[in-house]
Amino acid sequence: MLDADFFRRWMAATAVSVDREAEHLTALDSPIGDADHGSNLQRGFRAVTAALEKEAPGTPGAVLTLAGRQLISTVGGASGPLYGTLLRRTGKALGDAPEVGAEQLAEALRSGVDGVMALGGAAPGDKTMIDALVPAVDALADGFAAARTAAEEGAVATIPLQARKGRASYLGARSIGHQDPGATSSALLIAALEEAAEG
Amino acid sequence: MKMLINVPETVVADALRGMAAAYPDLTVDVENRVIVRGDAPVAGQVALVSGGGSGHEPLHGGFVGPGMLSAACPGEVFTSPVPDQMARAAAAVDSGAGVLFVVKNYTGDVLNFDMAAELAEDEGIQVAKVLVNDDVAVTDSLYTAGRRGTGATLFVEKIAGAAAAEGQPLERVEAIGRQVNENSRSFGVALSACTTPAKGTPTFDLPVGELELGIGIHGEPGRERRAMMTSGEIADFAVNAILEDLPPRNPVLVLVNGMGATPLLELFGFNAEVQRVLSERGVAVARTLVGNYVTSLDMAGASVTLCQVDEELLRLWDAPVKTPALRWGM
Repeated sequence: MLDADFFRRWMAATAVSVDREAEHLTALDSPIGDADHGSNLQRGFRAVTAALEKEAPGTPGAVLTLAGRQLISTVGGASGPLYGTLLRRTGKALGDAPEVGAEQLAEALRSGVDGVMALGGAAPGDKTMIDALVPAVDALADGFAAARTAAEEGAVATIPLQARKGRASYLGARSIGHQDPGATSSALLIAALEEAAEG
Repeated sequence: MKMLINVPETVVADALRGMAAAYPDLTVDVENRVIVRGDAPVAGQVALVSGGGSGHEPLHGGFVGPGMLSAACPGEVFTSPVPDQMARAAAAVDSGAGVLFVVKNYTGDVLNFDMAAELAEDEGIQVAKVLVNDDVAVTDSLYTAGRRGTGATLFVEKIAGAAAAEGQPLERVEAIGRQVNENSRSFGVALSACTTPAKGTPTFDLPVGELELGIGIHGEPGRERRAMMTSGEIADFAVNAILEDLPPRNPVLVLVNGMGATPLLELFGFNAEVQRVLSERGVAVARTLVGNYVTSLDMAGASVTLCQVDEELLRLWDAPVKTPALRWGM
């Protein structure tokens, strides 16, 4: 069973990997966006870390809801509302249970991803974070390692796609050949689940 | 890259402090990043709130004042502000007559303003929204997030702001804003890429001797790259791209807008070519504005925006305005 501590470790591990990969994310955002994805998420997850330390929410749902609200209030751009919605919706789906099973997490994360798709209007294949998140949620039944691999493969699979959503879509065919920064950061979020499980 | 900054993390806050010192008519909340006209809320008037990433100055903070915006929310450089900023701005300027959000069509701006509208409505503030999407370089919205909002933002903010200053009700101010947007089209070119403070190097490579056609305002490349053209050739290309999309039946407002690093000497020369093309195409010009209004940091280049106006829109355009960057009649 996964308790609030696990979810705090998940957010902390995400913050660490976003810090580590910030420059890489910004570099990916440079040819097809406006070169700030890394620094924006870094600002957001630092705020999440600070808020979780200050408020110490006691349930898995409360951890994710607070994290999502922090992202919406600090990131800006499209990634703030989208990542914020992902975590808030997932947190709300977990309710106020003190502990949740892996299956419940998978279900809740699916409703979070549905929330992102509804908000951003993106579907799989549009070259967005959805291309990493959907395969990850599908693979979650086989464990965190499987989800991590699926998300990473999903991010790489955005390279040959033409962007249809977000700022990269304005480049039309010129967006082809670049890995989507949002799918790449989503893969970091999923990979952090495995790190949280390892303690 | 040399920049007149301290550190990238504080460029927006530093700029706001400097703006506050230069314009005592404005109330600048540096911590929460909201710029409000000093006499807000104005009783009986609809309030206009806009915002977007920083780096487009004077948009939007430079357009706050009587006759135009009531408040502006600057985000990080090229990053939409957050809903908290917009909701705070709405609360600061609402007189009870409602608030109109002027939103440029970028995914981040749209999502954050939508969330802000919910927050403001929870506080009992009536909110309406005008989405600006004037950029003809984005042709097929089925495969994009829709047309970008660029130079027409200035026309929407000025004309809807004048309607609000007259005391027109929210639904009317909103309708006028939409009418301006529907009658406006833009096209932009870049002669150089811009450099964001956070990255410190140009956002894309643009070799000497080439230009980008169909750019937006965020340092992203355009739709097409060509060998450098003359001012006259660029004017032909840009104006024709606009007129193909919107053949005006009425006179137009013309905005020849610099992207930040192109001097007025070039912009005025470019405007002469824009006026030539319009004259050749039989398009009457009602008013012309030339300068740096909707910029992209230190990008060299320019955009052209045309807005087809009827008598009422022209009257509202000519109405008095007093903001840092646009000021006439008062």
